[in-house]
Amino acid sequence: MSATDLEIVFDRVNKSFERPGGSAFEAVRDLSFTVARGDLVAVLGKTGCGKSTMFNLLAGLIQPSAGTVRVQGRNPYRDFDWFRSKVGIVFQNDRLMPWRSALENIALGLEINKMPRAEREAIAARWLDRLGLSGHAQDYPHALSGGMRQRVSIARAFAVKPDILLADEPFSALDEVTGNALRAEFLDLVRDTGATSIFITHSIDEALQLGRRILVFRRPARLVYTAAGGNDVASAARAKIRAEILRALADEALEERETIP
Amino acid sequence: MAEAPVRPTTFRPRLRYEGWVSIAGLAIAWQVASLFFPHFLFPSLVEIARHFVAIFGAWDSVADVVETSARILAGLVGAFVFGSVLAFLMGRSESFARYVYPLLNFNQGIPALSWVVISIIWFKGIEFRIFFIMVMTMLPAFSFQILDAYRSMSKDLLEMTLSFRPSRYDLIRMLIVPTVLPGILTAWKVNLGNAARVVVVAELVGATGGIGYALLQQQQIFDMAGAIAWTLILVVFVLAVQRTITVIENWTLRYRPAAERTV
Ligand SMILES: Nc1ncnc2c1ncn2[C@@H]1O[C@H](COP(=O)(O)OP(=O)(O)O)[C@@H](O)[C@H]1O
Ligand SMILES: [Mg+2]
Repeated sequence: MSATDLEIVFDRVNKSFERPGGSAFEAVRDLSFTVARGDLVAVLGKTGCGKSTMFNLLAGLIQPSAGTVRVQGRNPYRDFDWFRSKVGIVFQNDRLMPWRSALENIALGLEINKMPRAEREAIAARWLDRLGLSGHAQDYPHALSGGMRQRVSIARAFAVKPDILLADEPFSALDEVTGNALRAEFLDLVRDTGATSIFITHSIDEALQLGRRILVFRRPARLVYTAAGGNDVASAARAKIRAEILRALADEALEERETIP
Repeated sequence: MAEAPVRPTTFRPRLRYEGWVSIAGLAIAWQVASLFFPHFLFPSLVEIARHFVAIFGAWDSVADVVETSARILAGLVGAFVFGSVLAFLMGRSESFARYVYPLLNFNQGIPALSWVVISIIWFKGIEFRIFFIMVMTMLPAFSFQILDAYRSMSKDLLEMTLSFRPSRYDLIRMLIVPTVLPGILTAWKVNLGNAARVVVVAELVGATGGIGYALLQQQQIFDMAGAIAWTLILVVFVLAVQRTITVIENWTLRYRPAAERTV
């Protein structure tokens, strides 16, 4: 694989936050991994292990304290504007603008990209149809259910046709039935677009089912385990991977217990 | 769509019949008082109404009403513009806020009458004096309210919007303005009442027209009915502007669920 095929590169990245007292809190330590173009990667790790912080670094919303982050060969923090419409993010909570209708929320990124109104509304309307929300175009977010709102936020991320798609536990706030239905749709969409995708989850099954590669993080965020996932992995191998992931996550529990006096 | 969706019922501070009952009760009480007290203390409603109508019958007094209304609106717009700029700068820079916030608090303690004295000594032009007094007395309320709204901006929504790489203009238009708009409308409603109270004091700086000036004349000729009539005109003006702001509010904040506005 040539270096140009690497869409995302994390190289010995550290990230510390300043605590109110003035001391530093280390959220990411020595994190290195790469993602090839078109890959679909699932990231597993316990709550608070720095997965969302990794996304914020990737999205250029925060700067690494040390190390380098490269996305399509560029620095996402420094070359912030260059990434317009290249990155789409589905957040854990829907983050819809309450003053925009479902249609206008989906069209947000397109509007920022200066697409004319008629064009962007036509695209947004197609997304509403595709996600089973036709008839709700003019509804404000407060009038939609949690599942519908998350659909709108998924459509908003996909509508700009991003090269890179980031999803941060987008189904964890939904009930199981709604979450499962949406997960299947989401996977279809990701396959259709062919975007390089990173998918954060705390469900091992979800990671095994969705990810072609699985990364396991440990606190403070660093890579402790990598495996292949997806449907082409034989079920015997899958059981073994599952056990290994569990161990990678469980070791952390031991480690935590050791650090607590 | 088959049929228009039913809009949720929202509370609108419109005068319902209870409001009219209260006002009628007040008028009746006044009228009863007028029967027992000398008319220069409690003039009858008829006398007040006669003055009220007379004000609109003469060009001079209509001009007074227009003048004062214009001064109120100019003062509000001025305080709003300067207050917004200050609020925005304070929102952007914590250290700027640390310098300016105490000054605004200090200003809060200065009575309108002190600004009247200061502006008479400092400035020559009457209209500028009035504008200055209005802006200085109303500026803090606008700044505080808008700054509060700005600081309450959702970090989640900000990060979401930034992830699309908006231009500064788009960020302001799409996120910041809608975030601070409720605060701006509240500030206007609160300050409108203040403006009406301050303007009549400000008109004592030597204005030769306006409702404050007219009130001063009524005091000199000891005409209670005239004083009440002029006061009522100011009240009606404030209510009319208040109503306009409410209409704008109902339109621009229509996205809010009904429950939010009734609390
Ligand atoms: N802006 C911030 N300031 C201070 N601490 C932060 C900030 N963002 C995240 N953290 C801390 O970093 C750690 C990792 O957070 P996060 O990346 O959200 O974890 P995850 O998404 O894996 O649950 C947490 O302990 C959190 O408190
Ligand atoms: Mg998280």
